[in-house]
Amino acid sequence: MLNSIFIILLFQLMGEFIQKFFEFSIPGPVIGLIFLLSVLLIIKKINKKHEAFDTNLVISAENLLSYLPLLFIPVGVGVVMHLSLLEENLVSVLLVIVFGTLLTLALTGYVMEKLLKDNNLND
Amino acid sequence: MIDQQKLYYIWIYLQAEPLFWLTLTIGSYLIADFIYRKSNLFPLLNPVALSVLLVSLILISFNIQYERYFDGAKFIHFLLGPATVALAIPIYRKWDLIVSNSKAILISLILGSFFAIFITYVLSLQFKLQEELIFSLLPRSVTAPIAMGISEIIGGIPSLTAIITLITGVVGASLGVFVFDLMKLKKMEARGFSLGLASHGIGTARAMSRDKNAGVFAAVGMGLSGLITSIIVPLFLKIIF
Repeated sequence: MLNSIFIILLFQLMGEFIQKFFEFSIPGPVIGLIFLLSVLLIIKKINKKHEAFDTNLVISAENLLSYLPLLFIPVGVGVVMHLSLLEENLVSVLLVIVFGTLLTLALTGYVMEKLLKDNNLND
Repeated sequence: MIDQQKLYYIWIYLQAEPLFWLTLTIGSYLIADFIYRKSNLFPLLNPVALSVLLVSLILISFNIQYERYFDGAKFIHFLLGPATVALAIPIYRKWDLIVSNSKAILISLILGSFFAIFITYVLSLQFKLQEELIFSLLPRSVTAPIAMGISEIIGGIPSLTAIITLITGVVGASLGVFVFDLMKLKKMEARGFSLGLASHGIGTARAMSRDKNAGVFAAVGMGLSGLITSIIVPLFLKIIF
């Protein structure tokens, strides 16, 4: 358990460092994600028989991810408390967001549904 | 007879510590999640939206500053970073599925990300929004830190972009399923990818809670759209202006 927490924090730390050092626009944790994924894939390639990680890492990661919605609450509350920043534009901005998001979801979902291969899904 | 003075002093002590705000946040989430489950996962009762409203209502009715609340709740907020890194593991486990569909992913990514920016621009013009507000709206589909960075570069207001981005996430997570059902989309991977691309982390959280493959494709969509949007938005503006 502690090992997996350490691994995840370490990769985030590396990501944050690289983001600051090279002044990337991609956030540190996303760079950490790409790193961790690359390391896992490389280990798998070298060591074909074994899984690239111990089951603890999987359990910790999936535990954390099962609470993903909870983690958005502190910032979400900030949005509600600062809605007045949008002033008289609130309604128009909300309409742009709602219609823009729903249309984007529709288009992307449709294109993806048509292009996905049927044979290897749901495994 | 309750000693009101004493209660007041206890409250002064407690509200200065993280314990109270952490308990409030997790408690609200558990209540919201309970209501969501009782409603048979009715999408409009999205647990994020519901618990945010619950906490906000309490803060507003007791006249508590957001900064005071966040000072305690920031420990939960901190976990967003590690959780993002942890997305590497489900992606790794479905890597073959992702690679074998890389063409579908790439085409949907480019079309979807470009369309998100384009439609936001067109709608903003319809509503006659000022330029500064349009710039704050353009990167709204991607995860907040990327969106705020783009907003700053193109001349938007990053704090407004943060608010707009979060609303986009909640809208996608709670209304997306109606669009997908209306369009009769059957593939969970398509629904997930679309949610991650158009409504970043909150959409991904929603996809992950419903289906493993949807969650993985949402995470891929979120990461890739963040990357490509930070390239497209400045280009898009160069073409327009």
